[in-house]
Amino acid sequence: MTPGEPLVRWDWIASHAEDIGQRVGEHLELTVIAVAMGFLIAFVLSLLALRVPRLYGPITWTTGILYTIPSLALFALLIPYTGLSLLSAEIGLVSYTLLILIRNIVAGVRGVPVEVRDAARGMGYTDRQILWRVELPLALAVIFAGIRVATITTIGLVTVTALIGQGGMGYFILLGIQLFFSTALIVGALGSVVLAVLADGTLVLAQRALTPWTRAG
Amino acid sequence: MTALGDLFRWLTDPTNWQGSHGIPVRVFEHIELSGISVLIALVIAMPIALYLGHTGRGGFIAINVANVGRALPSLALLAFGLVIAIALGLGLGFWPTVFALVPLAIPPIVTNAYVAIREVDRDVVEAARGMGLSETGILRSIEVPLGLPVILSGVRTAAVNVVATATLGALVAGGALGRFIVDGLALQEYDQLMGGALLVALLAIATEVSFAALERATVPPGMVAIR
Repeated sequence: MTPGEPLVRWDWIASHAEDIGQRVGEHLELTVIAVAMGFLIAFVLSLLALRVPRLYGPITWTTGILYTIPSLALFALLIPYTGLSLLSAEIGLVSYTLLILIRNIVAGVRGVPVEVRDAARGMGYTDRQILWRVELPLALAVIFAGIRVATITTIGLVTVTALIGQGGMGYFILLGIQLFFSTALIVGALGSVVLAVLADGTLVLAQRALTPWTRAG
Repeated sequence: MTALGDLFRWLTDPTNWQGSHGIPVRVFEHIELSGISVLIALVIAMPIALYLGHTGRGGFIAINVANVGRALPSLALLAFGLVIAIALGLGLGFWPTVFALVPLAIPPIVTNAYVAIREVDRDVVEAARGMGLSETGILRSIEVPLGLPVILSGVRTAAVNVVATATLGALVAGGALGRFIVDGLALQEYDQLMGGALLVALLAIATEVSFAALERATVPPGMVAIR
C-alpha cells in the first residue's frame, strides 16, 4: 500500500466507528432477510419434494444451477431489471441458500428411522401430525446444519453486493481496494469473518436450545 | 425485454469477438487464471491431504478447514491477495487474483481428498499390506484409484468456486470475463454487463458439468456394480 502508511490506522477506525456500526447493521440485515426468505422458499419446496418424490430431481437441478452461477454474474444479470437495489442483492443471496437448505431439509426428514414413523402411525398420528411432531423435530439437527452453512455462505456473499451499492462490510473492502487503503480492507475483511463466526456460534446455541433431547443421556 | 435484445446484439456483434479485448481472449484469460490457481492449490493441498488421509492423522483439521474456508469472503481474499502481491512487487491484475483464488480452492480439495482416502475399505488396504505393498505403493495403487471420484468431486467444487470468483479479478485491474461485468457496471453499459455475466455463468456451468462427467468416468470398473 502507500509507503510510510501503517497497516492499520486506528484513528481512522475510531473516527469511523459510527459508519462501521451502520455497515455491520446493514450486513446483518441483508443476511437475515436472505436466510429467512431462503428458508421459507426452501421449506415449501422441500415439503413438495417429500410429498412428490419425482420433483426432488428437478428442484435440486434448478437450484443447483442457481448455485453454480457466479454471484457477481447473477447480480449483473438482475441489474437491468431490478437496478442497483436491495431487491437485486436479495434475489441473488436468497437463490444461493436454496440448494443447501433443500438438501438438508429433505435429507433430515428422510433420515428419520422407519420404526419411529411406524410407531407414530401406530399411535394414531395422521400424516400431517407425523410430519410436524415427529419428522421435522427429529430432522432439526440436519436442518440446522444446513442453516449454518447457508448463513456463513451468505455473510461472505453479502460483501460482493458492495459492487451493486449494498454490501455491509464489503463496502469497506471495496473502498480499500479502490483507495489502496489497508485499514479499510482489514476492517471489511475481518469484520465479515467475525460476523460469520459470531452468527455460527449463535446458531449453535439456538440449536441446543431447540433440541434439548439431543443432550439427554 | 429490451435488455435481452441488447444482450443478443452485443453477443452477435463481430467487433466484440476480435482483438485483445475480445470475447475469445477474455474467455482464454479466464480459463488460464482459473487453471493456474487450481493447479497451484492442487500442488499445495494434495500431498497434505494424502498424507493425513493415509496415516489417519489430523482428521479434525482436514474436515474443518472446509468450514473455515467457507467463512472467508471472496472479496476479502481478493483484498489480501492485493496486499500480498503489492508487497512482493508483482503488480496488479493477474497475481493478486491468483493469491485470492488459491486459498479459496485449497479447503474443498483437502477435505474431499482426506475423506476419499479414509473411506477406502480398510480390509482392502490391509490385504495390500499383507501382499507386501509399500506404504507409497498402497497410496498409489489402492487408495488414490479407489478414492479418485471423491477426490475429483473436491476438485470440482474448488474449480467451480475459482471460475466464479476469478470474475472479481477485474476489480484489481485483471482481465478475464469479469472485465465485461466491472466495465459494464462502471460505464452503465448493460449489454456488456449482461454479456459478461452470461459468459461467466456458462463457463461455471460447463466446468461443473465436465468435472461431473470426469468423476463418473473415473469410478473404477470393479466399483460400478457396488455403487
